[in-house]
Amino acid sequence: MLVIGGVLVYLGIARKMEPLLLVPIGFGIMLVNLPLGGLMDYELQIKSPAEVPGKVISIEVDEGNRVGEGDIILQLESGKVSAPIFGRIQEIKVSPGQEVEPGEVIAVLITTAQTPLPTAPVGLLSRIFQYGIMWQIIPPLIFLCLGALTDFGPMMANPKTLLLGAAAQFGVYFAFFAALATGMFNIQEAASIGIIGGAEGPTTIYVTSILAPHIIGATAVACYSYMALVPVIQPPIIRLLTTKKERAIYMKPQLREVSNREKILFPVIASVIVILFVPMSAPLIGMFMVGNLFMASGVVDRLSKTAQTTFIDILTIFLTLSIGATMTAENFLLPKALMVLVLGIVAFATATAAGVLMAKIMNIFSREKINPMIGAAGVSAVPMSARVVQRMGQKENPRNFLLMHAMGPNVAGAIGAAIAGGVFLGMIG
Amino acid sequence: MAQETIEVPLTGKIIDVNIKPGDVVKEGDTLCLLESMKMENPILAPVNGTITQVGVTVDQVVKPGETIAVIEYE
Repeated sequence: MLVIGGVLVYLGIARKMEPLLLVPIGFGIMLVNLPLGGLMDYELQIKSPAEVPGKVISIEVDEGNRVGEGDIILQLESGKVSAPIFGRIQEIKVSPGQEVEPGEVIAVLITTAQTPLPTAPVGLLSRIFQYGIMWQIIPPLIFLCLGALTDFGPMMANPKTLLLGAAAQFGVYFAFFAALATGMFNIQEAASIGIIGGAEGPTTIYVTSILAPHIIGATAVACYSYMALVPVIQPPIIRLLTTKKERAIYMKPQLREVSNREKILFPVIASVIVILFVPMSAPLIGMFMVGNLFMASGVVDRLSKTAQTTFIDILTIFLTLSIGATMTAENFLLPKALMVLVLGIVAFATATAAGVLMAKIMNIFSREKINPMIGAAGVSAVPMSARVVQRMGQKENPRNFLLMHAMGPNVAGAIGAAIAGGVFLGMIG
Repeated sequence: MAQETIEVPLTGKIIDVNIKPGDVVKEGDTLCLLESMKMENPILAPVNGTITQVGVTVDQVVKPGETIAVIEYE
């Protein structure tokens, strides 16, 4: 794991791949995998059973020993007490021959596991993770900042692009069923894996923290890594599904001018509609639209500027450090984690394909042809996939400047991903 | 001899100009770099020809429709 963390840091610094994310995540991984660092520790109080426990017969471990899940810690008259999860025995609170009460704390275990057991975070990063992410505070706030950074003009100028953003979410559902099909994941884990296909980091983290927090390291790293790899993943799929002629379709760069009033009304109306239909998406969509309204209204420039710069930077530091820190060797070096990485690519790939195919279908029904490549920008890695489309478009036709046309599906996909997350939470949570 | 005017496609700032009047360009050559939406976007020549006019300079903020360059070609 130290090597993996080091590789991510290297990719971020030397190869400049998404350094804002890979450097803190990579270093968080390194920190937490250095023994006894304690940054991601959780404390678990082991209590004696509720039925009359009787006396302590013998103690099987010493303070400071590492234990695996199921190892026997001590023997009571009533039976064995074993470790419910792997970790390190920090303290044994009883001695042989001592009579213990039901429910009395008999030992304290320190673990780095992400577990539903009633652990309390005692490390720096485990506390940030617990109160920032597990309490679902940080991801929605990041979404607020993203809303303040997002211009919905290109989408409103060409509302058909909403369909492309929606179509790309097909990748989410495909990966969900693919995950279930492997037989390795339960429904909550599969949903957390599927949402990777929305290509939205905060949405993935938000959904995973609620449905399957023990795999949050894998899903978050998969999502952010593949967002950075979009220039590698998307072009082959786009080329596979389009003809040279389609890729060269020219789109006039000027979009309809979208008025300020429209840009102000949009977040308000969108919030109302989306939250009425998908209430579980409220924290994400609500925050997104508040941020968007900050920017569009023009009257709270201080708030908008802060959200676009300082605030999102602060949140990113908290988020990335704690996500990296969940990736201890015990949590991450499992076949499940590797399968998550595989399914992540499946999600991105099918999302790309779905967006492009929807664009081609739309072209059958419309006189004014759109360049089907912009469908790939429905994979909401903003602005990476729009950039991919722009560059491919220029290569196929030097006159083409598809960037603004690709931004429409790009931002529509952000809403689509949040809605997909809300749908999962509503149906499975 | 035909002429083609290359126009600014979206609002941004010109951060590099690669051409001057009289230059011969090939289709696909970079005419200038337009910074927009936190990205560096190259503006490419759509045809082989000769630059007869250059309408932008480095650090200029531009709006859609403004002329970047005029190319004359066969």
